[in-house]
Amino acid sequence: MNNQGCILKVDGLSVFFGQSQIIKNISFEARKGESLAIIGPNGSGKTVLFRALIGSLDYTGKIEWAPGVRIGYVPQRIDLDRYLSLTLEDFLSLKTKVLHFPRAVINEALKMVHLPPATLKSSLNNLSAGQLQRGLIAFALIGSPDILLFDEPTAGVDLPREEQIYETLHHLQDKQQMTVIFISHDLNLVYRYATKVICLNREMFCFGSPQTALSPELLDKLYGARIAHRHFE
Amino acid sequence: MELFFSLSLMMAVAIASGLVGAFALMKKMTLASDAISHIALPGLGIALLLKFNPIIGGAAAILLGALLIWTVERKTRIATETIIGVVFSASLAIGSLITPSEELLEVLFGGFNGFDSAEWLIGIIMSLIIISSILFLKERIALSLVSQDLAKTVGINNSRLNLFFLLIFALNVILGLKFLGVLLMGSLIIIPAAVSKNLSWNFRSDLILSAAAALFSVAIGFVLSSNFDLELGPTIISVAALLFLLSVFFKKSSAN
Repeated sequence: MNNQGCILKVDGLSVFFGQSQIIKNISFEARKGESLAIIGPNGSGKTVLFRALIGSLDYTGKIEWAPGVRIGYVPQRIDLDRYLSLTLEDFLSLKTKVLHFPRAVINEALKMVHLPPATLKSSLNNLSAGQLQRGLIAFALIGSPDILLFDEPTAGVDLPREEQIYETLHHLQDKQQMTVIFISHDLNLVYRYATKVICLNREMFCFGSPQTALSPELLDKLYGARIAHRHFE
Repeated sequence: MELFFSLSLMMAVAIASGLVGAFALMKKMTLASDAISHIALPGLGIALLLKFNPIIGGAAAILLGALLIWTVERKTRIATETIIGVVFSASLAIGSLITPSEELLEVLFGGFNGFDSAEWLIGIIMSLIIISSILFLKERIALSLVSQDLAKTVGINNSRLNLFFLLIFALNVILGLKFLGVLLMGSLIIIPAAVSKNLSWNFRSDLILSAAAALFSVAIGFVLSSNFDLELGPTIISVAALLFLLSVFFKKSSAN
């Protein structure tokens, strides 16, 4: 990639599940330190886009990462089996051990997401939805990623906590020039934290700064209902 | 001396089974583990008919079965459990038909005729391979279980890891065939792991307790079977089942 500061370039990306096309021909790029929001209704392919970006799904088109880029991924949720006897500490150690990072990075990551050290000893199964999400973010932050893909949970995390998470990520962006791409269901957060926004409903409806890209007409078209403007006009 | 050889091999197999089982249970492979051991039966039967080493026949059948299950899981959307259910009963049926009836009981429940030194050596080496592979890969397997996507972001090839685990699993079943038999080997992998799930409090304790429960079952089962002239395989599994029953009473109250 010769484009300076460009960390990810997506060109003509499509994803098929069998016969049905989940994502249709989308193109965008993300630069260092940028904060990119992806919005769209349920089933619009947002999570699929992330999974294609990390290489978990087959796709057509081009996904080009800057050389040597470290990706942190925060999934919307994980399916925890009750037979999985992992504590939060075990879970975070999985990454440090596979990648040969020192033990100390676990505590650093934990501090960043405001989890008390005592939660390390809790079983993943016993964490609250909010704690688990922080745990997942801590996992993603281990090893100082260049880019964080953050799939916001749809339920279980209360708003003040969610804002605290975004503040933390924002702070990390300033400090480490980390790029963040986040999937959000809350347009308030998009207006506040995103430098650019992608509107996705299988196809890409918009790409640009939230102020210019998100017109009421576009939101109507994207969500197929007049839900959004009262909030944002 | 013969006692030392037999006991040491059985204990090595037990530790391997405990470790493999801890992950098999997390992978929800309870049924698959039975199926894989049952697949050995037609192979054992053919080997006995053609008069070559039955373990080789069983091993070949198991490896084929493991590959089959892996392919089915990857390529089709048919519920794995359904296919395993079919393969499982079909193997048992076909295997029982072709295995000479005087040897059927031993093949099903294991028998204990000692080991020659070559078999002992191969068994010990295979156990060590299984134990060290699991210990080396434990973080990768666990992460792949929590989320294949997260595993992917740290550079893990989930599909390859899955195949490798299945092969390790199959190797483990092959190892136990001789003294536990087709019907019971799956149980030595699953029951001690289930005991451990009731008692463990973190990843490390889970692996240690699972291996310890398997080791305990084999050792006590061996002592009981030689003192009271009981069949070895069923005695070992009965001890393991008893342990499981006890562990239920000590189950952590916080369990979900």
